[in-house]
Amino acid sequence: MSDPTTLRPEASPAGGRAPRPEPLLLHFAFGFLFGIVLVKSEAVSWFRIQEMFRFQSFHMYGILGSGVVTASALIALFRRLGIRTADGTQMRIEPRSWQPWANAVGGLTFGLGWGLLGACPGPIYALLGSGVTVMVVALASALLGAWTYGQLKPRLPH
Amino acid sequence: MSALFDSFSQPWPWYVAGPSIGVLVAVLLLATGKGFGVSSSFQHICAAAFPGRADYFLYDWKRLGLWNLIFVLGMLAGGVLAGWLFANPDPVAISQATRDALAGLGIQDFDGLVPDDLIGWRALLTLPGFVAVVIGGFLVGFGARWAGGCTSGHAITGLAGLQKASLVAVIGFFAGGLIITHLVLPVLLG
Repeated sequence: MSDPTTLRPEASPAGGRAPRPEPLLLHFAFGFLFGIVLVKSEAVSWFRIQEMFRFQSFHMYGILGSGVVTASALIALFRRLGIRTADGTQMRIEPRSWQPWANAVGGLTFGLGWGLLGACPGPIYALLGSGVTVMVVALASALLGAWTYGQLKPRLPH
Repeated sequence: MSALFDSFSQPWPWYVAGPSIGVLVAVLLLATGKGFGVSSSFQHICAAAFPGRADYFLYDWKRLGLWNLIFVLGMLAGGVLAGWLFANPDPVAISQATRDALAGLGIQDFDGLVPDDLIGWRALLTLPGFVAVVIGGFLVGFGARWAGGCTSGHAITGLAGLQKASLVAVIGFFAGGLIITHLVLPVLLG
């Protein structure tokens, strides 16, 4: 999900009804499984990210490519079968807002950080759990970065 | 039991890991109606803990973000299981070319998931370590929120949904990573 402040009310799955309580244990379980896969794939490794940016192995490209294709194909299959999500909405990936400047320059900024830290947000959490405790500093910096973005947002191109 | 322990300590090849991520993304959407995205957790934490006066943080974070905060807590727990309890005892099997290139930059520690001589508490007191962790972390948080998502939201979920915004963002991600790898690291670590 993108910027929650821009969520349209009609996009709310509850559709006017009182929102049902979030299945928090289920959200935890999904995060847990993602965390395992990110570590087992070594996508959390600074070394793998360097290898990727040096085009010296197919590993990370294989993960990203096959992940995208699998997700896309399964969602298309579920739609074709008329399967709906647990909250009754049609299976679809929420459209991400098209903001050429933000997508491009924000993306470039993120890429500079990804290259230095060798970890994107998911791996920051998974590495913290793996015992790379210095990631608590990276997380604090990332929060400061997000907070600074929030303050500057009205003045940045989007 | 020991054989099982050993086999779970082994890393997965891309053709197991990639489709596993794809299945999880689709089943997450099916079972919860949520899109896979991690960097929005940064926004939710700010909104919960130190919103200040920016509109960007003034919303009902419990309604919109609580699920995501529990989700990233789960990721951390997954890291405990896979990266700590069942940690791979061997170094990450990167290509020899990468190993040589990194050794040429002065990286000496190839054990574990990250090089302790760059990403570690001790290294934090050196210029390269500070830049990598503190500046790198800041840019990750700032850039991901500006771009509207990170690797999970744009490079995986957004591309799976054939989103133009995500394609542009991912091109930006790679441009940034290439600049750091090929232009900045040789100077920073040199």
